Amino acid sequence: MSIKMFDGFKFTRLSTPIHNMDPRAKFIQTIGFFVAALIFSNVYALLAIFLAQIPLVFVARSTKRWLKSMKGGAMLAILIFVMNFVTGTTFVFALSMTIRFLALISSFSIFFMTTSPDDLGLALQSMRIPYTLCFTFTTAVRLVPTMAVDAQTVVDAQKSRGLELDKGNLLKRIRNYVPILIPLIVNAIRRSVELAEALESRAFGTTEKRESLVTLKMNRLDYVTIVATLTLLAIVVYVSLNVTLPTPEIPIRVPDIWPWKI
Amino acid sequence: MIKTENLHFAYPTGGDVLNGIDLDIGDSEFVAIMGENGAGKTTLIKHFNGLHKPTKGRVSIDNIDTRKRSVASISKDVGLVFQNPDHQLFCETVEEEVAFSLKNFGYDTETIDRRTNAILETLDLSQYAESSPFTLSGGERKRVALASVLVWNPKHVILDEPTIGQDYQQKDRLRNFILQLVSQRKTVVMVTHDVEFVAECKPRVVLLSAGRVAGDGPAREILTDDVLLNGCSLIRPQISSLMHSLRDLDVSQDIIDVYSARACLVKAYEKVRKCQ
Repeated sequence: MSIKMFDGFKFTRLSTPIHNMDPRAKFIQTIGFFVAALIFSNVYALLAIFLAQIPLVFVARSTKRWLKSMKGGAMLAILIFVMNFVTGTTFVFALSMTIRFLALISSFSIFFMTTSPDDLGLALQSMRIPYTLCFTFTTAVRLVPTMAVDAQTVVDAQKSRGLELDKGNLLKRIRNYVPILIPLIVNAIRRSVELAEALESRAFGTTEKRESLVTLKMNRLDYVTIVATLTLLAIVVYVSLNVTLPTPEIPIRVPDIWPWKI
Repeated sequence: MIKTENLHFAYPTGGDVLNGIDLDIGDSEFVAIMGENGAGKTTLIKHFNGLHKPTKGRVSIDNIDTRKRSVASISKDVGLVFQNPDHQLFCETVEEEVAFSLKNFGYDTETIDRRTNAILETLDLSQYAESSPFTLSGGERKRVALASVLVWNPKHVILDEPTIGQDYQQKDRLRNFILQLVSQRKTVVMVTHDVEFVAECKPRVVLLSAGRVAGDGPAREILTDDVLLNGCSLIRPQISSLMHSLRDLDVSQDIIDVYSARACLVKAYEKVRKCQ
């Protein structure tokens, strides 16, 4: 998984209808895609959910970065496909699970690429979530690019000590990431402790009731998005319960003699 | 030999960082790369072990283009010590941390043990061999990072900001250690903002500004050139400023270290006393 994948989840300020939408409407839309992708396991339906997101990517003028998130998730998607297939499911089911994963990544990628952490914080506050939790969440989102830079530096430092990440079999390759993950986790913990101390030093949490300079206001597009999402979600639930969707017939399966088949 | 020819580099996310750098660093030469923040110093040294490949131009190590070798293969010849040790420490003990690179390069157990013990001794870290690197102080962690690179005895040693977080005594030890490396005919390239440290080591100084070489010459020459230094957001070392303020006494203006300054001032004092 490439570190550049994080670019596909990084907010960039642009003026597009998707960027200008209310974060609450965008969040409901994302959850809509998320729930729909989890409800269906039919390959056509999952493909439709995935493809339905592509126009949004174009409108948000974020195609390149979205592709990065897809490219970054490709390795994991292949792993999901292989693991499903070799453990005895059909080719079509393995494919469905892979498309489901890509649809989920895509929906969150679009949300985070087009929603500023500040707006996200405001949206959470407007849902009456305690400010400390809102702040923690937005700070975590804000720190993703910093962590990505850190991760790249750690990779560079370990490569300079002769570590070859792509060397060896699958197990060895996974173990190769231990020297990357430990410094990253240790640094993240150190940074969070330092951040907590810096916040406390600047009197964080002393004001009980906070007021915000900016307040969120939904416009027509936001209401249309929410209504459309909820309607489509209702249709999705109805179809999943009452309609049998067609499934392509591809009778490819792993032979029964494979010992790890379940 | 480290050579860059018309080296250009741009990160995929931003503009040009290096804009045509021509540099020849000979074997067993000691070079300090200095310049303002964002001048491209760290980006430049990351080309020396192939972590970055030029977008235009060429970088060669011992006459072999870095594009033709993997980072692991170049690293056997070029040891790069990163600025922040916390970006590389991950093992349970200092000993394991130092041995990590030797294992990657495929050395046998006996060589690994011998070299690890030797470098821990040299860098005064033997007493921490069984300790966790995470429990050490910042300066000690920095020395562990240095040991973990020097342990495989690379021909060229690149140090990124080696003096950050070091107290004066550690800096003094580091200076002696670097000079020892140079005397062992190793190439040492050091990126630093620390003019006082450079003034004490007196290497060749390369000044970078906005991705270009703004100045290149002996420390005495570069660190006493106010125009050049100002252009790179640097200032003279304190001794040089003192000598500059005493220029009416006809003292030499290219002195940057304490010992030369003392000799010069004693001479000037005797001259003044004789006149009286």
